[in-house]
Amino acid sequence: MVKKTFIFLVLVGFAAMLLSFIMNFGDNTALNDLASRYASQGPEEVGAANLVTAVIVTYRGLDTLGEVTILFLSASIIGFFLKVQAKDMKERSIRKTSEILRTASKVLTPAIMLLGVYVFINGHLTPGGGFQGGAIIASGLVLMLLGNPNLQVNHKIIYITESISGFAFVFIGILGIILAGGFLDNSILPLGTFGKILSAGAIPIIYIFIGLKVGSELSNIVSNMQETQKED
Amino acid sequence: MENFGLEHITLITGILVILVGLWGVLTQKNIIKMIIGFALFDTGIHVVMVSIGYVRGNTAPILDEAVNAKNAAQEIVDPLPQALVLTAIVIGIGITALMLAYAIKLYQKKKTLEIHNFKDLKW
Repeated sequence: MVKKTFIFLVLVGFAAMLLSFIMNFGDNTALNDLASRYASQGPEEVGAANLVTAVIVTYRGLDTLGEVTILFLSASIIGFFLKVQAKDMKERSIRKTSEILRTASKVLTPAIMLLGVYVFINGHLTPGGGFQGGAIIASGLVLMLLGNPNLQVNHKIIYITESISGFAFVFIGILGIILAGGFLDNSILPLGTFGKILSAGAIPIIYIFIGLKVGSELSNIVSNMQETQKED
Repeated sequence: MENFGLEHITLITGILVILVGLWGVLTQKNIIKMIIGFALFDTGIHVVMVSIGYVRGNTAPILDEAVNAKNAAQEIVDPLPQALVLTAIVIGIGITALMLAYAIKLYQKKKTLEIHNFKDLKW
């Protein structure tokens, strides 16, 4: 009883704290200085039609590097933590998956992977980008594992893709210091025509590597979780 | 608050989702349900952050036929909170996956997910 009252009090206190936030929430009528600078200078400086991409990959590229590092850390902690010893591996008996799921996963998985690649290649023009495309690729792997629960995912390919794309991301960033204004500067390549696929300098290349890296990290997490099911 | 608009609806929805998530974390006994509570808390914060960046009547920060690149600053919403939310979603995925891995390990140890059965750190 005391516990329930306490939980209720915490919830009410939290709601009261947020209520004053709602009350003082003014409706914006104009952008603030920083955002309007990104909006007015962004197209000429960066050349990306999607301003969110311009902020993530170029203006705040260092933050994105940190973000990818955090994802890599959590993927490797999960891999370390859920490590399955070869002696624990036993054949497990799983319910047979249905015909519809097996056939659908075979038909749809290539299409889903292709959609993921499309999303991260067009990240500088349309909504989407490396993180979204990587998540779509990993969801294709989830469908594959649902259709065939005994599937053995090849970890070596995942590790190689992840290492090469992570290295290439940092390498392009350092090239920016040498050839252009600073770390992860996208003007190491010509900016091209605004709104075309080959534009925005190095942004499409950086986003392709981010997409591959995020896709392989999330696939690694999913396949690690699948492999622990082989224990006991 | 006098002219109620779209941003208020999303803000209030986000705050309700935050409260539901907090309630789930505090009251649920099953570890998976607690993890779902954390994920809801996360999602609510994302909705609140996006609604803070909304500018009334403006469109998404993507420059195409709908937005004139010359006076884009008058026609788009703030791109910065959206970029921040994209970062936050990815971090949220990492944290949720880590919590689920701990849940798998706890289940393998004790064959249960009820939080009452884990008393090793209770005094």
